[in-house]
Amino acid sequence: MYSLVALGFVLIYKASGVFNFAQGAMVFFAALTFVSLVERGVNFWLALLITLAVMVVLGMAIEKVVLRPLVNQPPITLFMATIGLTFVLEGLSQLAWGSQPHGLDLGIKDVPMEWLAQSTGMFISQFDLFASGIAAVLVASLALFFQYTRIGRALRAVADDHQAAQAVGIPLKNIWAIVWAVAGFVALVAGLMWGARNGVQYALTFIALKALPVLILGGFDSVLGAIVGGLIIGASEKLAEVYIGPMVGGGIESWFAYVIALLFLLVRPQGLFGEKIIDRV
Amino acid sequence: MLYREAGQFKSTYAEDQQIFPIRQDRVAVALLLAVAFVAVPLFANQYWLSAILIPFLIFSLAALGLNILTGYAGQLSLGTAAFMAVGAFMAYNFVLRMPWLGVIPSFILAGLCAAGVGIVFGLPSLRIKGFYLAVATLACQFFVLWAIQRWGWITNNSPSGVIAAQKVEILGYVFDTPQRKYLLTLSIVAVLALLAKNLMRSETGRAFMAVRDMDVAASVIGIPMMKTKLLAFAISSFYCGVAGALYAYTYLGTVEPEAFTLDLSFRILFMIIIGGVGSILGSFLGAGFIILLPIFLSILFGALSHATGMQIPHSVISNLELIIFGGLIIFFLIVEPHGLARQWQIAKEKLRLWPFPH
Amino acid sequence: MNRAQQIGDKILSVEGVSLAFGGVKALQEVSFDVREHEIRAIIGPNGAGKSSMLNVLNGVYHPQQGTIKLRANGAWKEFHDMDSHEAASLGIARTFQNIALFKGMTVLDNVMTGRNLKMRCSFLEQAIWVGRARREELEHRRAVEEVIDFLEIQHIRKTPVGKLPYGLQKRVELARALAAEPTLLLLDEPMSGMNLEEKQDMCRFVLDVNDHYGTTVVLIEHDMGVVMDISDRVVVLDYGRKIGDGTPEEVRANQAVIDAYLGVAH
Repeated sequence: MYSLVALGFVLIYKASGVFNFAQGAMVFFAALTFVSLVERGVNFWLALLITLAVMVVLGMAIEKVVLRPLVNQPPITLFMATIGLTFVLEGLSQLAWGSQPHGLDLGIKDVPMEWLAQSTGMFISQFDLFASGIAAVLVASLALFFQYTRIGRALRAVADDHQAAQAVGIPLKNIWAIVWAVAGFVALVAGLMWGARNGVQYALTFIALKALPVLILGGFDSVLGAIVGGLIIGASEKLAEVYIGPMVGGGIESWFAYVIALLFLLVRPQGLFGEKIIDRV
Repeated sequence: MLYREAGQFKSTYAEDQQIFPIRQDRVAVALLLAVAFVAVPLFANQYWLSAILIPFLIFSLAALGLNILTGYAGQLSLGTAAFMAVGAFMAYNFVLRMPWLGVIPSFILAGLCAAGVGIVFGLPSLRIKGFYLAVATLACQFFVLWAIQRWGWITNNSPSGVIAAQKVEILGYVFDTPQRKYLLTLSIVAVLALLAKNLMRSETGRAFMAVRDMDVAASVIGIPMMKTKLLAFAISSFYCGVAGALYAYTYLGTVEPEAFTLDLSFRILFMIIIGGVGSILGSFLGAGFIILLPIFLSILFGALSHATGMQIPHSVISNLELIIFGGLIIFFLIVEPHGLARQWQIAKEKLRLWPFPH
Repeated sequence: MNRAQQIGDKILSVEGVSLAFGGVKALQEVSFDVREHEIRAIIGPNGAGKSSMLNVLNGVYHPQQGTIKLRANGAWKEFHDMDSHEAASLGIARTFQNIALFKGMTVLDNVMTGRNLKMRCSFLEQAIWVGRARREELEHRRAVEEVIDFLEIQHIRKTPVGKLPYGLQKRVELARALAAEPTLLLLDEPMSGMNLEEKQDMCRFVLDVNDHYGTTVVLIEHDMGVVMDISDRVVVLDYGRKIGDGTPEEVRANQAVIDAYLGVAH
């Protein structure tokens, strides 16, 4: 589940070198838009389609208004700009749809599957399975997209060196617009999954913060890292809550993931699967 | 008197290295201080003092602290509020448990505690840079807030985590009215700002900027990387810690851990972006801007609803505020990445030439 | 050549240094020495390992094998690998191939950073400013102004270096290195990207520095004319190996060197 959000970060980072702090706000925005549409009596699939369109347009608008004028600025400036963007999106979504929490029902039950519990003794809910399935499909298709299509190749070229990419004739602006549109799409999927699990509310923006340790652990530029990192963080968080939590007073969920990630960084600054960078002078 | 430096020759390096090499600047700063120390407490009303000027000074100090770390030493931090929280709660503990210390030493000790926390969470900066580091400082933010809520002795076992700041008394003189609290805050902020200015124009400041601009070159000319970075974290957290203590003692009075959320860290970051990254003056300008903006907006909306007869719900205003904040940040990053301080600089350059611009 | 300071004994000796990045062998078993007060050039085709060699000398890269011996303050010190802070405190200063100045700071501040190792005041004294810290600051300002005079950059003292043209930036970088009063100065392509006039100026400065301060210079340069003119001895690297070593005349006559530059089937 963390992986799903982390994936959105990785995608934009890989293709444009921007660390998009606003991904969480985008997830929130997507989920809220969808829920509000459904609550207003719009057909489920139609709502999905509209939200998708909104997210794609939003992604492209962000690219055009915020990031294009900041081309060639240091990454840290872009990072700060996306923090500003977070505020704008949070304000915007609550302004448009109100700030009360909503429930979201995708029609999939969040209960352990009986036959699995009986046959293997494992309690895995249908919903979790569904979410992992979606994540897997998403990852696989994105990986294929990156690896084998012309646009995917162009994306990787742009991420590596956008001047060089431009020099060989890759239409830079279109590429970035596509990246942000896809990021909007990933945000929508993540928003639906998380929204169905925890309800659609303001707290959704904080899952972005949860995804950050995952990224540190996995490396910002690795899709595989996002998945493995998500698994490690998710599992160790639960284990720590059970075994270490009682010793120090509980509630350590809020920071434990960060501490793991930090300790890890001290050993391997580029993350599990990140590329090692040699500083040249 | 025209703003000119003509005729002010400098014949020694000492004269050239004054804080304000131009005479008119010196006069202006002296005037400003006189107004701040004498005129303001005499004429400003309660509301201005306790709702605008005191928080302005406190946030300026916090922004200054962050600016030392982010603007000068180039290490982005999202944990400012955590350092402020350490300052506030440790000051409370020092005053509570060691009342013989006095308030000012307690504040300094609280600042030192914040500096200690800063050093610990600054350690990752030795290995990582940029937004990796920013994420690492988030760990600090979450951990500190958690610790304050969970470890009873920090809040003296107050069940809700809320502490009430004690009376501020220095040498038998009680700082209880807004005027007195304002003067206390102003004095502390003025002294610390002067120290920061001195520090930034001497070797330490140059080492910070060298690390910010090109770390490999800095270490090659012998600037110790570890010491410089950790010192930046320590000094910055010290400033934030003292700001946090003032926040509790001269502004809020009663403090809960929730006062120091990530949102506050962001607000202070916004102050230095708008005010000017890497500028002492910018910290003050940015704090002023961010403090005044919501007040200005509420007046504007008030006038609007009055004019149209429509009642604008509070939630709409607060959401619009969010949008405007975020939009402004993006606007400043795009149009003027050096913030208001640069505009001020440009205005001064123009003033130098005025009224003959050619 | 007539100089005030005669070339003395060995001051630096590099023995069997090998450096690899993953599978790429940047340096293989390179050995050479540098004598006091001489100008020593390192030349070689692109990718020969010249910059890597300098980076090893002042601790930016850490070699897998070999030792570096350095005579500082009259005593020999032996290193497996240098730490760049230690290198600086032993009197090694350098400039970079791609200018590595602190872009946000003025020329004066940049050059002042070169003296950081000589500053003794703690940051608390600096914060209070009056007294010792102020005296120290002024004292170093004086020394720095001397370097600024020497390199003829007085007029840009207060300009942020980011705004200066390339040639001047290179000169400021040299000033920053000189401000540390080094015994050994490493110059990585000090004349690259310069026009003829700027090159002549730079040559003059390098020779003056060597002559006036007696600084030992190790430099990398592509312009053969410059190298042959100003250096006392030359090391030639190719594919990370040393293929020639000697006076400019000897190197010019060396068959392996000619092959490396003209290209011969290996």
